[in-house]
Amino acid sequence: MATDRATLDQGLASGLPGPTLASPGRTGTVRPAARPGRARRRLELAALIGPALVLFACFVLVPIVIAVRYSLYNWSGYGPLSDFIGLHNYRAALDDPVFRGAILHNFIYAALSVVFQLPISLGTALLLNRKLRGQRVFRLVTFAPYVVSEATTAVIWLLMLQPGGFVDQVMKDMGLGGLVQTWLADIHIVLYTLFVVITWKYIGFGIILFLAGLQGVPVELKEAASLDGATPAQSVRHITLPLLGPTIRIWVFLAVIGSLQLFDLVWIMTLGGPANASDTMITYLIYNGFQSNEFGYGSAAAVILFIICFAFALLYQRFALRRDTAGALTRIVN
Amino acid sequence: MVASVTTTATAATTNGKNITLTWWNNATAGVLLNVWDNAAKAFHKMYPNVTIQNVPIQNEVLQNTKIPLALQSNNPPDIYQQWGGGSEATQVTSGKLMDLTAASASWVKSEVGAVASGWQVKGRQYGIPYDLHVVGFWYRKDLFAKAGIKSVPTTIAQLEADVAKLRAINVAPIAVGSRDRWPDAFWWEYFALRECSLSTLKTAMATINLNYPCFVKAGQDLTAFIKANPFNTGYLATPAQTGAGSSAGLVANGQAAMELQGDWDPGVMQPLTTNKNILNDLGWFPFPAVSGGAGNPTEILGGGDGFSCTTHATNYCPLFLKYIDSKPVQVGVAHAAVGLPVNAAAASAITVPGEKTAISYYKKAAYLQTYFDIAFPTNVGQALDSAIANFFAGSGTPQTIIQAVAKAAKSH
Repeated sequence: MATDRATLDQGLASGLPGPTLASPGRTGTVRPAARPGRARRRLELAALIGPALVLFACFVLVPIVIAVRYSLYNWSGYGPLSDFIGLHNYRAALDDPVFRGAILHNFIYAALSVVFQLPISLGTALLLNRKLRGQRVFRLVTFAPYVVSEATTAVIWLLMLQPGGFVDQVMKDMGLGGLVQTWLADIHIVLYTLFVVITWKYIGFGIILFLAGLQGVPVELKEAASLDGATPAQSVRHITLPLLGPTIRIWVFLAVIGSLQLFDLVWIMTLGGPANASDTMITYLIYNGFQSNEFGYGSAAAVILFIICFAFALLYQRFALRRDTAGALTRIVN
Repeated sequence: MVASVTTTATAATTNGKNITLTWWNNATAGVLLNVWDNAAKAFHKMYPNVTIQNVPIQNEVLQNTKIPLALQSNNPPDIYQQWGGGSEATQVTSGKLMDLTAASASWVKSEVGAVASGWQVKGRQYGIPYDLHVVGFWYRKDLFAKAGIKSVPTTIAQLEADVAKLRAINVAPIAVGSRDRWPDAFWWEYFALRECSLSTLKTAMATINLNYPCFVKAGQDLTAFIKANPFNTGYLATPAQTGAGSSAGLVANGQAAMELQGDWDPGVMQPLTTNKNILNDLGWFPFPAVSGGAGNPTEILGGGDGFSCTTHATNYCPLFLKYIDSKPVQVGVAHAAVGLPVNAAAASAITVPGEKTAISYYKKAAYLQTYFDIAFPTNVGQALDSAIANFFAGSGTPQTIIQAVAKAAKSH
């Protein structure tokens, strides 16, 4: 174990990424006999982590650095980067009410996801976790939309939501004809219409995730609780939910990041319209950046999106996921 | 035709080596794919040492991703799809486009005509069109008859009267695919063509400055027209060409009576309906005159598709573009019904009835104005489309359209 620890310290010192150590002071005793083993371990580490690191650097880090560089220039995408304009693109983007509106829409989607999708998928997962007839069929049905590609989902719903289309017909047949709206054409409704489609598409993912989490809740605990006279509701509240905590926190993380990066569905269904009422950060940057041959400006918008996602990820790790990941780290370190 | 091409070929030099020209175009399926394949084969027969490698690529991928990247690389294709106007002007700054002015001087007037000017940048020819597009009204003759409309409208007042007649028989008078923004732009641009004098229009386009009263007037005309409630329900979310609920689909299925669209519209409608007779059910008429407007009512909005050669290519490339604009290939273009052939000699090969009306109108047109979003630099064009789409959605004034162009032009 001491060897492992020393290797890790070496790795950190040499710039290799590794788990953050809680108390860096406890380095030391390396047995001389471990030396050849240490070299081999380093080779192993290099061989195992190396390729992944190279890929990560090539396809994640380098593009980020390049995007930041582009964002400082007025650049049409052709010819050399010559017109350096500093932070002008960032100022222009943040000054644009359409871009600010797009950021707001992303946050609305994130908030709505947590408020509506979490209880629905959690509730459905709890129901589907019980023994009931056709359990597999129900699970399959709820998960099916998640398997359909986002583009297909968008086209299907685009057709169903046309005026007088499938959705309107069904509502009329149910006696709800008075509630029919121009779902995608009304600037006050379009955002929420899209949210319903997003929920339809992604609810299955939450359900599957929670069902998996529920398998980790020991049956003994629930049995003990019911022997002690706990009602099913109490059992869920005091045993199931706390034990599902890590899964819920991961789901929230994925849902928020997904909401911030929303693109395909909106692009196909509304192109961010009407009058930018359903724009998201990415639809904005695709239209105003890349389709407008303003690659510098588009990159600036992309970097802003990256900063928002990154800041959220860091803060969420720090404050919400810390307990969940702490266990994993201590296992490696000790 | 073949003889004249061969004479010129002696000027082209390959030093006896076999050469291959890579040709990126957007004809991934349908009749045009065959036309291009055959053109490449026929050219190879004429010049056995030259092979044209036909590489069809999906349109948006080609336009937005492949071409920009290729022009930044040191290995662009020899020949590629070119839409002309402002995007061509932006591409020219890459230094990778071949100046075709001298190579095309002897034939561009006779084979292509005035439309070729849309592929010039500062008077130099960097691309050559193979087809042209005109925007006008595609209408259902059966629905017009049912509504008691005896002749197509020639003024906006008549069009508004027809809108009321069509409402009375319970069809959407006009379909518009506002989701896609560019169909909205056709409306505003046509009002601008009718309101502005030709000299104002030309100056405005050349200087990227719409700050003239006639462009404000165009916005006001459009506001008044929208007030007449001419469009299909929920048009702000209607796609232009996707599915039966699109604007093209609504006309194809008789739920809407007309649409202001490009000449390609019948080809879009065909797969969206089970009506086998759709091509004969459709008629075509030009955008009506606006009373008091300074523009010539025969001015027409349109564009086209063409090709550019890169500096990577040999001088067989302009020869190939000449061959594409020669009658045998142009007849194929006419049959493909993706656009109207640029070579007038092939006009008689057009089979769709409405397209025949459109091309005869084009021949008499005072001026063909390229769609503003193509004519302007790309960022300005996109800003204009966006501002007009917002205007349709009730967000903005006639002034905001002009301001959007000014703002984008400044950053250009």
